[in-house]
Amino acid sequence: MNALVMLGQERPLVDWTWIADNLPLIWDATLEHITLTVVSVGLGMAVSLLLTIAALRWRWMYGGILAVGGILYSIPSLAALAFLVPLFGIGATAAVITLATYTVLILVRNIMTGLDGVSEDTIEAARGQGYTERQVLLGVQIPLALPVMMAGLRVATVTVIGLVTVTALIGQGGLGQLILTGVRLLPPLPVMIVVGTVLSVVLAIVFDLALLGLGKLLTPWTRSQKSA
Amino acid sequence: MITLRDVTKQYRGTTDPAVDSLDLQINEGEIVTLVGPSGCGKTTTLKMINRIIEPTSGTITVDGVEVTSRPAHELRRSIGYVIQQIGLLPHKTIEQNLVTVPRLLGWDGDRMAARARELMDMMDLDEQLLTRWPSELSGGQRQRVGVARALAADPPVLLMDEPFGAVDPIVRRRLQRQLLDLQAELGKTIVFVTHDIDEATLLGDRVAILRVGGTLAQYASPRELLRNPANDFVTDFLGDERMLRRLSLLTIGDLDLDAGPVVDASADAAAARSAADAYDANWIGVTAQGRLQGWMWTSTLRDGRRVGDHDTTAFRVRTQPSDTLRTALDAIVSSRNNVAVVEDESGYRGMVFVEQLSAELMA
Repeated sequence: MNALVMLGQERPLVDWTWIADNLPLIWDATLEHITLTVVSVGLGMAVSLLLTIAALRWRWMYGGILAVGGILYSIPSLAALAFLVPLFGIGATAAVITLATYTVLILVRNIMTGLDGVSEDTIEAARGQGYTERQVLLGVQIPLALPVMMAGLRVATVTVIGLVTVTALIGQGGLGQLILTGVRLLPPLPVMIVVGTVLSVVLAIVFDLALLGLGKLLTPWTRSQKSA
Repeated sequence: MITLRDVTKQYRGTTDPAVDSLDLQINEGEIVTLVGPSGCGKTTTLKMINRIIEPTSGTITVDGVEVTSRPAHELRRSIGYVIQQIGLLPHKTIEQNLVTVPRLLGWDGDRMAARARELMDMMDLDEQLLTRWPSELSGGQRQRVGVARALAADPPVLLMDEPFGAVDPIVRRRLQRQLLDLQAELGKTIVFVTHDIDEATLLGDRVAILRVGGTLAQYASPRELLRNPANDFVTDFLGDERMLRRLSLLTIGDLDLDAGPVVDASADAAAARSAADAYDANWIGVTAQGRLQGWMWTSTLRDGRRVGDHDTTAFRVRTQPSDTLRTALDAIVSSRNNVAVVEDESGYRGMVFVEQLSAELMA
């Protein structure tokens, strides 16, 4: 039943035999994809938090950080990779740095928006009860910014899961390797492209839902809002 | 005791100070209300006491100790603070919010749990609310939690910045009364900012009226303020109903009550007529065993019969010695006899005439 045809080649789009024979390959690619995503987003998150705390202390940095972030974000990922390869070589480091850079702008903007959104009255009341500045940041501002921060984390994660495939060009890529190989083979092997794409989308959905759930878990007070 | 000495606050980029060389002394255990039009610096003055705002110059002491002598967060843990927006932490339960200051002071868990329950009881709040989030409470409930939180570590001083400004008038009345009841019990030193002169005179043992530019226009007890406004600004601020406001500060019990044109049911018609004539009245009140029965027109009295044998009309409005003179005035204008009859548990006490009210206000 190979009715579907790609690029004129009579090779099936969904070739269960190929999939069954290559489960270890698919599994490895998926794991690598997850690892690259988690490490990159984790690094991006750490950098973003540091930048935000710096920007909170030195307010003038705020605009600068957002501007630099905006420029970085506008560099095509392919070009960014090309720049970073001479610096970090071909491999995981270059891939992670590129991906992390992409997350920083999204995350910094969200963390800052979240922190800015915490009501001045709440902060003043906390200070008035005797919170120190550090306690206000850790105990009031960050927890209350969590919903917005989590929203940023979800966008960043989903973006990175898509971008990881591009790092196949420097020997990484996780599921991107499957896609790239599928395209490069002569004749191309459509099933590899399909498996890589579908799993990448599935990963994005799974991560998105997991983060959504985690966010709800971390912010129980947002669940029982009275409409009054 | 709180003392402000020559305190000035000049905000950056402004030409006129928000508070200008203010001297103010607040005695231990009294409620002082700061009132004035917007821009008079009343909130700035309040917030300088717990250093939410730092003065440009001058000194502020609480119980003889300068507020700047220790870190601001330590000072604030010893001063209760309530603001109009309440500022409960939305991500903490009511119980966690209540024990904010005790937790900062390092109390142990059992003591905090016990204190939270005590506070709920004190504020007439259901213990079941302890596990709720602030967003699940009504405005009035939240405001009471805000007051309770300020009292949690039993601070001697309470700063309140228009705490009842955002609730509806009925809830506000209730919260005001509750605050007065609490104060009778706790005897805190309270500085209370409001823009509402009625609230200021109701709650304050003393009222500080500030004018724009942050200077003191008058600082006196509500009665003194309403009786002797120090200047035109104060007179203006007290408004057209200054006399009515004074009436609400005095109670019927403060007056020497007049017996009024009243006779016992056993009196005869002639005695009743002469009692009415003594007051230039065309009606007569009737008592039996010291209790007020009602009244009748003197024209309906029949000679040779006792007053008690006649039909009487009940007094529609009756007042008590604890009622304000404002209530008495209301009773006078809504009665057909133009008097307010006063009773207590033991019976008839006397009457208030409108002339008495005028005399009291002119005194």
